[in-house]
Amino acid sequence: MASVSFRDVRKNFGSTPVLHGVSVDIEDGQFVVLVGPSGCGKSTLLRMLAGLENISGGEIAISDRVVNTVPPKDRDIAMVFQNYALYPHMTVFQNMAFSLKLAGAPKEVMEQEVQKASKILGLDQLLHRYPRQLSGGQRQRVAMGRAIVRNPQVFLFDEPLSNLDAKLRVQMRAEIKDLHQRLNVTTVYVTHDQIEAMTMADKIVVMNHGRIEQAGTPLELYDRPANIFVAGFIGSPAMNMLAGRISQGAFVDASGTRWPLPSGHRAKDGAEVIYGIRPEHLRLDPDGIAARVHVVEPTGSETQVLMRVGEATLMGAFRERVTAKRGEALPVSPDPALVHLFDKTTGQRL
Amino acid sequence: MDTIAAHAWVRPKRELGWLARLFDWKPFLIVICLLPAVGLLMVFLTYPLGLGIFLAFTDTTIGRRGVWVGLENFQYLIEDKLWWNAVFYSVFYTGIATVAKFGLGLWLALLLNNHLPFKSILRAIILLPWIVPTVLSAIAFWWIYDPQFSIISYLFTDVLGWRTTNIDFINTPWSARWSLIAANVWRGIPFVAISLLAGLQTISPSLYEAGMLDGTTPWQRFCYITFPMLLPILAIVMTFSIIFTFTDFQLVYAITRGGPINSTHLLATLAFQRGIPGGQLGEGAAIAVSMIPFLVFATLFSYFALARRKWQQGEGDD
Repeated sequence: MASVSFRDVRKNFGSTPVLHGVSVDIEDGQFVVLVGPSGCGKSTLLRMLAGLENISGGEIAISDRVVNTVPPKDRDIAMVFQNYALYPHMTVFQNMAFSLKLAGAPKEVMEQEVQKASKILGLDQLLHRYPRQLSGGQRQRVAMGRAIVRNPQVFLFDEPLSNLDAKLRVQMRAEIKDLHQRLNVTTVYVTHDQIEAMTMADKIVVMNHGRIEQAGTPLELYDRPANIFVAGFIGSPAMNMLAGRISQGAFVDASGTRWPLPSGHRAKDGAEVIYGIRPEHLRLDPDGIAARVHVVEPTGSETQVLMRVGEATLMGAFRERVTAKRGEALPVSPDPALVHLFDKTTGQRL
Repeated sequence: MDTIAAHAWVRPKRELGWLARLFDWKPFLIVICLLPAVGLLMVFLTYPLGLGIFLAFTDTTIGRRGVWVGLENFQYLIEDKLWWNAVFYSVFYTGIATVAKFGLGLWLALLLNNHLPFKSILRAIILLPWIVPTVLSAIAFWWIYDPQFSIISYLFTDVLGWRTTNIDFINTPWSARWSLIAANVWRGIPFVAISLLAGLQTISPSLYEAGMLDGTTPWQRFCYITFPMLLPILAIVMTFSIIFTFTDFQLVYAITRGGPINSTHLLATLAFQRGIPGGQLGEGAAIAVSMIPFLVFATLFSYFALARRKWQQGEGDD
């Protein structure tokens, strides 16, 4: 049970800065996901919290104790690595009991703790096996079991699902979330997959180029992205972005098409803006804007249609089954209340 | 009309010639591909080995075709003090040199596995003793161990002034034995160090990170992670090293020729001495053949005691 704070944390590799002052507060028991494209510094931040990278500037505190110089083993954390980092020459039992063995725990305690963790994860039958004899999902569970046995104050996950196939990933995603709800231990989870972030997190921290772009609950990020980066990163398929200007109470894109504006927007007349609309917020509307159909992708539950309006491409996701052919006109209109406007130069939300 | 003509064209089925079919025939391919390798092995390995073993059971000398004498040569060896001497020194030489080579080699590999400045140059330099032809390094050691001009003696007497007399390296039995072992260790370390370094680099760094989080000290990381993960490659390298050391010939023959008073004969040098300068081909071959059981034992020991670990084997239940 612990809170975690990053206060203006900086990291340089040589003379290259990779984190430019990151500040986040994580509450006790929260599930926080650090998400961003590769190279954004999310894994580095996690490894700094674990004590595997030193801290170039700022402070990291666990339960109000600054841990900048505390060695990893004394930080009361446990980490699940991307490649699981199971000791290949030890059985599942030995892997899970290793930290207790090093701490000099008696045999009964070791067995009891490992039994407890393996029951939670359904590993009871596999305790005598070696990692090589396990499937990817089982190895993942052993790595989590090893973390549970340590009984840490904070769980750290470094892209734990990226080595699994798509189906198993969905299953393990639910298992990790379930585990968090049962144990209620503060968790920091790193991923590049925004769907993992959306489905698992209490709080998402979106990072890019060593900075935090936005932090908030999944729905906050979806409903009110703070800038173009977050708008494009969160949500699948990605948000449509049209460049153009505000003119006489409407948005005019490069081809001269007029789009409705949300009420109460703060953009001035004549301002250069980016007009963002999510594919699922486009409706089929006989009176709408005529878009030319490019590609139709039926997924069963919905139909995704790639369209063109002037030179701009537009992705739409419709509940209806669209039967339009390539080149035909499909009239669509955006829901004005769900339109996002961003400043063209700063990229910030208007 | 043109399009119809295009459709009417059918890709002709090509008939393969007898040569093409022959080269598609698997048994023929197997024979043809194996022939060069098998031929070379037969001529340069199987034949000399077979001839050696055959000679060991004859009383051939240089210039006289021998007759079959059965185990007579071996019976003679059992009573030969020199042969027992060579057996003792071969085992002693191999044992001490292997322990030293692996101790120092592992230490060197661990050092080189860290981030050092000029790492690749250092690695290249470390390989040097192994690249130099053995006979050349043996001659260098011969000079280093020279009673009169030894650089070590010079250092201790004239430069440091710790001694008043030169050191006698190779003219009394025990100091000669130790000196040869030192030369062998110097030559053998690079092979061990570079092989073990390759093994060390296959160990995932995340295992050490996991170990750090689990609360290991650096020594515990070595004992619980590095060493067990290194064991398989250690076993293979050790097998090779033991074989090379036990059958060593060049170093000893170039530096001491088995002397003084036959104290530094290895089985290989003794076999050569008896067989070629001594002319007793049959007896020399018998000494050479007598090395085989030792080598087989060493190989089996390394293989079974060290190499096979359950965690390395494939999937499936135990």
